[in-house]
Amino acid sequence: MSATAEGVAQPREATKTSEPLTQRMAGRFSRGPLYIFLVLVGLFWIIPSFGLLVTSFRTPAAYSESGWWTVFTDPAQITFQNYADLLQNDSIVNGLLNTVKIAVPSSIAVVVVAALAAYAFAWMKFKGRDLLFLLVVAMLVVPLQMALIPASRLFNITGIFGTVWAVILFHIAFGLPFAIFLLRNFFAGIPKDLLEAARIDGASEWQIFRRLILPLGMPAIASLLIFQFLWTWNDLLVGLVFGGESAPLTVLIRQQMRTYGTSIDVIAPGAFLLMIVPLIVFFAFQRYFVQGLLAGAVK
Amino acid sequence: MAVAASDVTAKGKARRSRPDRSPGGRKPWSAAGFLLPALLLLGALVVYPLVDTIAQSFQDSSTRAPVGFENYSRALDRDSTITALKNTFVWVVLVPGLITGGGLIFAVLTERVRYGTAVKVILFMPMAISALSVGVIWRVMYEPDPDRGLVNALVGVGANAVAGAGAYPNATAGAEQDIEQTSAGMTSNQEVSAGDTVVFGLTAITDAEVPPEAEQAVMPEAAEGAITATVWRDFKPGGGTPGEIEEGEFGLPNAPVELVDESGSVVASEVTGSNGSVTFEDPGGGPFTPRVAAATFDEGFQGFSWLAPALVTPSIIGAFLWASVGFAVVVVGAGLAALPRDLLEAARTDGATEWQVFRHITIPLMAPVLGVVFITMTINVLKLFDIVYVTAPGASIEAAQVVALDMWRTSFQARNFGVGAAIAVFLFLMVIPIMVLNLRRFRREES
Repeated sequence: MSATAEGVAQPREATKTSEPLTQRMAGRFSRGPLYIFLVLVGLFWIIPSFGLLVTSFRTPAAYSESGWWTVFTDPAQITFQNYADLLQNDSIVNGLLNTVKIAVPSSIAVVVVAALAAYAFAWMKFKGRDLLFLLVVAMLVVPLQMALIPASRLFNITGIFGTVWAVILFHIAFGLPFAIFLLRNFFAGIPKDLLEAARIDGASEWQIFRRLILPLGMPAIASLLIFQFLWTWNDLLVGLVFGGESAPLTVLIRQQMRTYGTSIDVIAPGAFLLMIVPLIVFFAFQRYFVQGLLAGAVK
Repeated sequence: MAVAASDVTAKGKARRSRPDRSPGGRKPWSAAGFLLPALLLLGALVVYPLVDTIAQSFQDSSTRAPVGFENYSRALDRDSTITALKNTFVWVVLVPGLITGGGLIFAVLTERVRYGTAVKVILFMPMAISALSVGVIWRVMYEPDPDRGLVNALVGVGANAVAGAGAYPNATAGAEQDIEQTSAGMTSNQEVSAGDTVVFGLTAITDAEVPPEAEQAVMPEAAEGAITATVWRDFKPGGGTPGEIEEGEFGLPNAPVELVDESGSVVASEVTGSNGSVTFEDPGGGPFTPRVAAATFDEGFQGFSWLAPALVTPSIIGAFLWASVGFAVVVVGAGLAALPRDLLEAARTDGATEWQVFRHITIPLMAPVLGVVFITMTINVLKLFDIVYVTAPGASIEAAQVVALDMWRTSFQARNFGVGAAIAVFLFLMVIPIMVLNLRRFRREES
């Protein structure tokens, strides 16, 4: 049985994986087919994205004639013109800038505002605390569609409709319930003795928050920051409703899709450009990404 | 965004401390200071709009006079809302279960191999990508032409292996020919009996379609008691004379020729040789109608229109599964790693089979984690908007309609805020059971 052979190498890896589970299927799958199956699965999950990458380097004429995989037999199809044109395209470049202007401040703001509130919920006593936090938990699942119409009126009245500020504020508000929930749970796990010692030493709440909670809460804060960033970077709906002239890149690419076939030279590289930043963040901060995912199950 | 309110790791559970952990924070005004920014934002952009949307769903869009349930009945009178509710129902019934089940399977399998972690990373990489990019990726994949879309190209390889495209898919009857192209094939208008000959001159066949073994076509020779036929390409470089077999014109091999009797049944079938000729040695009485069988002209697999109205929802579901199953794999995988190994070992020592261990120990222990995945996916599916809006082409968007998309289109494209608010309330009602579930679980975990 293949599991026996595996057992030899086991002690070294014992803490990493749970061997009983790996043994479980041993009688039902031999290794070979399983390897092949997983390789196929991996290919199936990579090929579509790769197809977009290749498509982004082809002309619309080539796109309307043949599949992207023909570049392997006819590499002459590959052109850098699409990307060159894209970077000359003012509206696309502007959209990319708007995406940055929206995603960066709103993710930072969510983390700051949520951390303050989470500290209060975790470590301060005040009337109605538990009820208020239950309200936050309830808000976790409120669909943002419930707020679109009144919020757009509010933004109109205040004159920020169609600016990045409207998009940013809305992102912050709808990011808060999850952010507060996640951080409060994490902060609550910080040892009580540490806080008491600080209080006995006469530290103010603000000092405790700055010097103790924030540094100790860094893992959770990092996870949250990454999630919030990916969420706002990738958003289409909020930008579509409130963005107006300051719409993010997602909205601009979606507009191009009305003439899908002829605009593929903008759509494909645009969609790929949009993917690059999240993928870099994903690979650079994978650990935090997974932690954040597990600490509350997400998006 | 978000969320099933639970922490699925054992680590997280241990981390969470008991309530009433705080002796501090004696000054209520400082708590207020910490809470103020969050409460202002939540109040102004979540709580107030939520209440106002509910109010507007009972009011006239422009005058805001109360209209009772009129917006709701108007919403339910519209085809798009009905389609949206139906489709959202399909999504909710199918997708969370598929993702949870798929996540469990992939998590168990990837745990078994050394490079399993790499497969996991690949599986959940699409989670970092925007729905817009996912939509564009799958628009490219789902192109209907098998020469352009990979999904159809792969289906086509299978379909053509089973059914097979004909040898001369584009061929048409040549000029000056006494043949007719019908659904049964190229049928001669001339009836034949033993001793007769018949010719089929075809055109619109490219050089590439002529097989390498093809030879100079020959005029069929009449033979006693037999019927002879030739199928040839009635064209040569420069054109040639239509209707005549000339030097330089090829016979078409591998074309099945059939003899059909008066009752319409095929009495004989032979395949042409390399010079395009075929001989029926003893066909019997006749008369027969000869024809080149339709299979010769079968164009083969032409591709499914994945994003046409009939298939658009299943196709978008496919794209969504691709994008989301990684989430389940990672969360379930973490849950599996946290299972108490001694319990599983004890069961094995007691003689339980691997299936029994899986069925009676692993699954029950994993139930809370699977529940979290299921609920999170249910919420995501209910709020589904962008992947549908991006992937469905304009002509299919009505067929692909889901509630969140209908809400946006009604409110911000048709500018009908009353009905839009009513649709938003539908959505809200759908998430309320999950909200209650979250609150209950939260209270249980806290006490």
